[in-house]
Amino acid sequence: MHCHAKGPDRYGSLTITLHWLVAVLILGLIMLGFVMTRGSIDPALQFSLFQWHKSFGMLALLVSLIRFVHSLFAAQPKPVAGISPLEHRAARGMHHLLFLLALAVPLAGWMIASVSTLEIPTFAFDLFVIPHLPVAKSDAAEAWWTTAHAVLAYLVLALVALHASVALYHHYVRRDSVLLRMLGFRGHR
Amino acid sequence: MIRRTTIFAAMAFCSTFPQLASAVTNTPSLMEAAGRYAITSSSSIRFHVDQVGGGGIKGNFAKFSGSFNLKAGDLTHAMVSFELKPQSVATGQTRVDAFLRSSAVFDTDNYDTITFRSDRVDQTGPDSAHITGTLTAKGHSGAESFDVKLTSWNGRTIGFTVSGRILRSHYAMDVGTPIYSNVVEFDMMMQGQRN
Repeated sequence: MHCHAKGPDRYGSLTITLHWLVAVLILGLIMLGFVMTRGSIDPALQFSLFQWHKSFGMLALLVSLIRFVHSLFAAQPKPVAGISPLEHRAARGMHHLLFLLALAVPLAGWMIASVSTLEIPTFAFDLFVIPHLPVAKSDAAEAWWTTAHAVLAYLVLALVALHASVALYHHYVRRDSVLLRMLGFRGHR
Repeated sequence: MIRRTTIFAAMAFCSTFPQLASAVTNTPSLMEAAGRYAITSSSSIRFHVDQVGGGGIKGNFAKFSGSFNLKAGDLTHAMVSFELKPQSVATGQTRVDAFLRSSAVFDTDNYDTITFRSDRVDQTGPDSAHITGTLTAKGHSGAESFDVKLTSWNGRTIGFTVSGRILRSHYAMDVGTPIYSNVVEFDMMMQGQRN
């Protein structure tokens, strides 16, 4: 996240691991969200998928939180050669936004479970109960947070698509090491 | 059905051990209570399913019917039959009710009735009995038992409390476990009116 002109020329292994772990979790959760909200789905399967969505959503929140804290302290690699200051600022803005949404989307999901009058417990991976947030419960609040969760998730999907497209553009058109660095390779191509 | 069984049990017990009849206020003698009874709509069928972390789902069934037949001194041949309509389930939460009626739980489109037929009645006290029978729900049948306790008797109507625990998994209704307990606890008040 931070720009250090004299930083390392590649990302650390923990940074790379957390990046791809969050990516897999987010994309998996969005796909699960599409499937479980289909109107024709079997109700028993739907209930089960919702609980898996909640469990993996909580895991995504935890990993995103770890990733955010780690990013505050981890040394950031120096910008790839040929990246303009404007491009660098745009990349940083995108990364900040994705960091923020990676936290906001699961938090909005947690709010849905917390404000819902159904009061269905969040029993993460059938191992332990994650308590609801201390908020008032109402059908109106549940509807609002459900919409917010969905809108933010669609926004994440759009930004991830843009983020991935730019990475592929750097790799195949600019032929620089932007993508390779996040795959664990050194920053020279 | 449960009421009938309880009445049978109470009556048979009182006829066999009349000295214990005084242990319960207004406990009828077998001769007094013998007859055929219809379960009235003033009865209540309440249930509760615990959920992890505390609380759970509470509800009731509004539509049911049943009868029991008490024969003087013949507890072993007590006959109880009971039917309830799962479509009438009510929890106070429209979405929960719809889910319970769906194919995930009762599947009321295909199975509109849950039945119980008694097989055996065992006296357990001066005013209590243990009823065993066959419960059929969602195309599955299983042996279930309930504890029954006589609570009222006025010569024409008789009342019982009925309690029992049923495993949802025996009837392909165990969706939501382990978040929601596999055990459904029934707490019923049965009123029977002599025909």
